[in-house]
Amino acid sequence: MLSATGLVAGYGKDRPVLNGVSLTLEPGRTIGVLGPSGCGKSTLIRVLALLHKPDAGQIHLDGEPVRRFRYAAPAELRRRIGVVFQHPRASVDPRHTLRRIVAAHLPAGAAPEETDRLAEQVGLTPDLLRRRPHEVSDGQLQRACLARALGSGPRYLLCDEMTAMLDASSAAALVHLIRTRRDLGVLMVSHDADLLDACCDQTLRWHELTSTPSEAVSHGRNRAPVAGMFRE
Amino acid sequence: MTAVLSVQNLSVRFRLRDAIVQAVTDVSFELAPGRLLALVGESGCGKSVLAAALLGLLPGNAEVRGRVLLGEEDLSAADERTLARRVRGRRVALVPQSAATALTPVRTARSQLVETLKTLRPDVRDLDAEADRLAERVGLPPADLDRYPHELSGGMAQRVVLALALAGDPQVVLADEPTTGLDRPLVDRTVDALRELADDGRAVLLITHDLAAAERVATDVAVMYASRIVEHGPAEEVFTDPWHPYTRGLLEATPARGFRPLPGHPPDLSALPEGCAFRPRCPRRDTCTDDPAPRRVAGRMLACAHPATEEVSC
Repeated sequence: MLSATGLVAGYGKDRPVLNGVSLTLEPGRTIGVLGPSGCGKSTLIRVLALLHKPDAGQIHLDGEPVRRFRYAAPAELRRRIGVVFQHPRASVDPRHTLRRIVAAHLPAGAAPEETDRLAEQVGLTPDLLRRRPHEVSDGQLQRACLARALGSGPRYLLCDEMTAMLDASSAAALVHLIRTRRDLGVLMVSHDADLLDACCDQTLRWHELTSTPSEAVSHGRNRAPVAGMFRE
Repeated sequence: MTAVLSVQNLSVRFRLRDAIVQAVTDVSFELAPGRLLALVGESGCGKSVLAAALLGLLPGNAEVRGRVLLGEEDLSAADERTLARRVRGRRVALVPQSAATALTPVRTARSQLVETLKTLRPDVRDLDAEADRLAERVGLPPADLDRYPHELSGGMAQRVVLALALAGDPQVVLADEPTTGLDRPLVDRTVDALRELADDGRAVLLITHDLAAAERVATDVAVMYASRIVEHGPAEEVFTDPWHPYTRGLLEATPARGFRPLPGHPPDLSALPEGCAFRPRCPRRDTCTDDPAPRRVAGRMLACAHPATEEVSC
């Protein structure tokens, strides 16, 4: 499980963006979090991805408390959490080919076939892998970003408005790809209620994440037995 | 009403060192006052190139064929001086994709709006009052004009660029993906504002991949695939009963209507196949005659040899 309890985080101590946020991800379940622009969804993703140090609260990754964040976070922990960001163009190096982008999180010395396997999983054809970001559409580039995130073999996948820049067909294709990976614990944050309802086992509203830590823990425990209800 | 903007057999291609990119192929449509035409399609289908062509903003390596008539004037033959001094902003205005980045960060919204007014409408005496009037027109409290772009929320910035587009009192408003990355309430408000422009008697072209937004406000819809318009008709009809298999597939990919992605990828615009470009992804490809020549069918324009309608004989 990747769980957050009573997270307080922000950019300056006086105005926390997250104020007592609790959330639990477990492998095999897709959780949606619905909230308007500017509510703090992206900050939550950054903290859960160990990219931003919270001011208070706890993160537990597979039972162990996480104590170090950003560059100090052990690679072994970071590799268990994959992230897909909203803007694919802003999250790749424009000089790299898609092949290099997809391979970025594979272990050093991985065989080229590993890259092919990742690309195939997300539906990227070999000719697309030879191109650079400006030669592909946003939808194709976001597929590459998803493949890259899967490269480290994560157990949890965090998707920050992953489909906001994409057309309907690319968005549906990407979400279906994620749904085929039943081993992952997925968090999708979005402002699109239709999207979350269509692809998540459970959709939480932003304000539902904010509660006192003790409540959140018991909440999480109660929820576990019903998890099977949502699976096929 | 008669059209104010008429696009006739417009084609745009880019000659690159090792390829020719066919970005717009044989596109024809008309924009009339009071109408809002939504141009929808997957990313990379040529929508934005079409918008740039209408404003003469294509890069130098573009080759344009066909005509773009604004009233009596042929924009595709007009020189840069004519476009810059008489057309852009004055008769055809653009609402850009990202409102926040379209504004200069170091100056207030008012200073940018006043500068635009000064250039486009030298006859205006009281520029501040006119700026206030424009702000009110788009639903922005005039006091907010004195803010800098970083002090504006996404919705406020969106209204400022809308006010900028209206500064020259244009007949035609082109909005190129004005809602990308905005949340749903903001998308709705933005496209509602565009619809009001149409209701006021302007002609509006809304380029978007957001089908829900298009459905909300469009009077007409044109669906673009691989550089061509494949279906064009009254919005209500096309959204409730799409005939082209691509339109149907695109609508079924929305979360509200099944969330089923179209199989495969859109074709590369530098290697478009002969005949119907949608054929490799089409559910009816096996029984199709593969002749996508556009034709008129019961009030719609359709480029499909085997449309999903029973009334049409193939």
